[in-house]
Amino acid sequence: MVEVTLWGSLATAAGGNSKVEIEAKDIRELFKRLSECFPGLEPLMDRGIAVAIDGTIYRDTWSKELPTGAEIYLLPRLAGG
Amino acid sequence: MAGIAVSTKINGDNAEFLCHPDETLLDVLRDRLGLMGVKEGCGTGDCGACSIILDDRLVCSCLVLGAEAEGGRIETVEGMAQGDQLHPLQQKFLEHAALQCGICTPGFLMAAKDLLAKNPDPTEEEIRFGLAGNLCRCTGYDKIVRAVQDAAGVMRGA
Amino acid sequence: MNLDPSHSKRSFSSVGTRPIRPDGVDKVTGRARYGADFNMPGQLVGRILRSPHAHAMIRKIDTSKAAQLPGVKAVLTAADLPDLTNGDAAMYDILDNCMARKKALYDGHAVAAVAAIDARTAKQALKLIEVEYELLPHVTDVDQAFAPDAPLINDTIFTTGVDPKPDCPSNVSMRSQFGHGDVDAGMAKADFVVERTFKTEQTHQGYIEPHACVASVGSDGTADLWVCTQGHFVYRQHCAQLLGMDASKLRVTSSEIGGGFGGKTHVWAEPVALALSRKAGRPVKLVMTRDEVFRASGPTSATSIDVKIGALRDGTIIAADATLRYSCGPYAGAWAEVGAMTAFACYKLENVRTVGYEVLVNRPKTAAYRAPSAPMAAFAVESAIDELAKKVGMDPVDFRIRNAAQEGTKASYGPVYGPIGIGPTLEAVKNHPHMKAPLGKNQGRGMACGFWFNFGGQTCTDLNIGMDGTVSLAVGTVDVGGSRASLSLVAAEELGIDYSQVRAVIADTSSLGYNDMTDGSRGTFSSSMATISAARNAIKILRERAAQMWDIPVEDVTWEKGHAVAKGETHGNLPKLSLKEIAAAAGTTGGPIAGHSEIVADGAGVSFATHICDIEVDPETGAAKVLRYTVVQDAGKAVHPTYVEGQYQGGAAQGIGWALNEEYIYGKDGRLQNAGFLDYRIPVCSDLPMIDTQILEIPNPNHPYGVRGVGETSIVPPLAAVANAVSNAVGVRMQHIPMSPPRILAALDA
Repeated sequence: MVEVTLWGSLATAAGGNSKVEIEAKDIRELFKRLSECFPGLEPLMDRGIAVAIDGTIYRDTWSKELPTGAEIYLLPRLAGG
Repeated sequence: MAGIAVSTKINGDNAEFLCHPDETLLDVLRDRLGLMGVKEGCGTGDCGACSIILDDRLVCSCLVLGAEAEGGRIETVEGMAQGDQLHPLQQKFLEHAALQCGICTPGFLMAAKDLLAKNPDPTEEEIRFGLAGNLCRCTGYDKIVRAVQDAAGVMRGA
Repeated sequence: MNLDPSHSKRSFSSVGTRPIRPDGVDKVTGRARYGADFNMPGQLVGRILRSPHAHAMIRKIDTSKAAQLPGVKAVLTAADLPDLTNGDAAMYDILDNCMARKKALYDGHAVAAVAAIDARTAKQALKLIEVEYELLPHVTDVDQAFAPDAPLINDTIFTTGVDPKPDCPSNVSMRSQFGHGDVDAGMAKADFVVERTFKTEQTHQGYIEPHACVASVGSDGTADLWVCTQGHFVYRQHCAQLLGMDASKLRVTSSEIGGGFGGKTHVWAEPVALALSRKAGRPVKLVMTRDEVFRASGPTSATSIDVKIGALRDGTIIAADATLRYSCGPYAGAWAEVGAMTAFACYKLENVRTVGYEVLVNRPKTAAYRAPSAPMAAFAVESAIDELAKKVGMDPVDFRIRNAAQEGTKASYGPVYGPIGIGPTLEAVKNHPHMKAPLGKNQGRGMACGFWFNFGGQTCTDLNIGMDGTVSLAVGTVDVGGSRASLSLVAAEELGIDYSQVRAVIADTSSLGYNDMTDGSRGTFSSSMATISAARNAIKILRERAAQMWDIPVEDVTWEKGHAVAKGETHGNLPKLSLKEIAAAAGTTGGPIAGHSEIVADGAGVSFATHICDIEVDPETGAAKVLRYTVVQDAGKAVHPTYVEGQYQGGAAQGIGWALNEEYIYGKDGRLQNAGFLDYRIPVCSDLPMIDTQILEIPNPNHPYGVRGVGETSIVPPLAAVANAVSNAVGVRMQHIPMSPPRILAALDA
């Protein structure tokens, strides 16, 4: 069980919950469970989401494990220039 | 075929070509003579990427008609090195990393060559104004100015 | 891939040195080949017809006369580009942007294209294409477009991120929000508050090389594309998808690139060139004119930002609030969102809230520009911070030091920071001689901080060891500013050989696995990680081969300074084997030796910068001259320090141009008035002084050498640093960028 914080717009799509508890061992599972629990998140997730684990941002490493007690934060999947 | 026959000298070699009356020297050099060192950045004489030296004068080749090269002497970046010996400006540009993407570099080398031919010991301000006709978007000009200062020293001392 | 624990004690032999780049000689002799420097036999010239209207229905396009002109081999409209995007809204927008399907959405929007035997014929053909437009009301200003009574650009756009969903369409495609705490409660506690609205005009990346490509499609569907791009793999994917081609059949070769800065991360002309080639059955060369680059590629957002910051008497910022409106062109975008994330990222805040709105306008589709969206937000915030510091009665640097984010701070965009460089850059600035230099009449000094994320991404690298022991390094991240040198240094470092023995090339899409673009400051960061990984894989094999040659167990072989060394009591006397010797014997020990790496580089590490700027204003003309400029930025580990300095200086110069003079000027008719370098004036050599740089190295724990991305952060502080300097010089808070002479004169007169 990990506690995940959703940024503002994501929280709105998740029915106003900015903190959710999800059973997931890695990022892939986290995304799967999130869209199952909150179908409103799916369009935003299709657009792309990044995951910050203890401050480090992961965009594509879906196999990255979610350590217990880690701070997990979801952010828009950004790009640079 | 329609066209004007032009005889000129490019980097010391005789060159002949046919061109339309309204064709620029830039297009002639690149498309007819295969001298790709000259670059088109704007086509309107604002960026200096197409700079060449024509009869000892720095010009934007996009503002010169191909036909105007008749009987003239053209210098392009391809003529700066002597065999495998780089010109001091070329060498110093490399040493000072005075280029990042490098698209403006041939134009700057021509402009700097022309500047130093007329003013072998320029101040920083004179270098900056002398090169103000060449746009660079990558470097902020700092290392370009240092490279020119260094090359000027070498060329005076050598 | 984590930082080597020995990093702090490690002394590098190659990394950190300043050799000449491998592509250098080509670039100073004119040999290097850029997008427009390539030709194919039988090639046609492609040209695009563009809308002269800001907003119009396309009622009819008659291409018959153009098609009949002798020498014209293909004519194209949207009718030739079926929608294969399969519900992918983002790809559909790209398709429509490449060739208008129903409406012309901005001055310059492509509506048709031709391929002809030469440029004159192509130009003539364009004139023969008849387009029937029905003009619609247009809107080009971000604030006007935001207003509820603005002309509607897309009636299918309903603002997302708003609950409940609006029942009317609007020009606002998305609302986003970030932050934590209770801003209203915090603001009520504040002893001092600054509240202002700031505006920045649209600018262009300003790369000197216009977009250029040569496309060649065969009748069997195989295709080649030579193009200047920041991401040839992404271009391949997008072009293949839009044209219904097999990506594997499309080989994209990246030419040398004459500047990108984010503006060459999107396709505009390339799918058109491929489609023309496919139709004509001949190669097509398509080069944009400078006019087209400004009107029809991807400039950055124009913005309008409200900032409110409150501080306590002791100098602690107690609440920070910002509402950001960013223009995204005529399609949905996500630019204000990034601004909302970066706006307060430099600070430790108990209460913070940022709200972003994406606003449609009849201007070209916004594209990324070096740390996209961050510079504008930094301008607004750092200007307000400066003003607040004055109100509190604190020095601007000390005020920022007091409130700077640190390791353990909850970022304004959410996660908690690891080790970061904002504090160190501020301390370095505080002690920098620039801060102590005296100022004269009409002169002002300004400083500002900036933040950027930096990214990793999919990266593939091949390291092949030749029979003569020299190393071929094939990378997939396009070299925009010297990364081939840095990556060669990294390979040399890992293998323990000399830099001169390594040659790095940018491989085409058929020769290497997928690579994300060179953007997000990821080129050196990601490819160096992949290079290190590839080198270590190669070293494994080199050790195995040495073990074979010696007939000893591989566990007894180590790799030191470019040699295999036999350890252990029984064979400690064996003479070392150099990489050259092992390579020479490769044929009989198992074949060619190579190391490959296909990774997702993540954990790029955020970076911070603080800049100082001195400006002198001419009170008669309003002209502002930059007298002195200093950049202090954290690079983690500078692989090739000269190129890191170059990134700092280049980003600063772009920011200075943006702050003082660059802007897109649209007429009431919705047409771009300054689509050229004469009137869109970027800084020239005489506008700038030497730009001092100080590289700090706070290692990134997620990279083996501690490398952080560096390319973008340096464009984030300058708008604010220059604005603070001008504000101090004229005694008036500047709220509108660029601060061109008319605006400075207006401020002086006020």
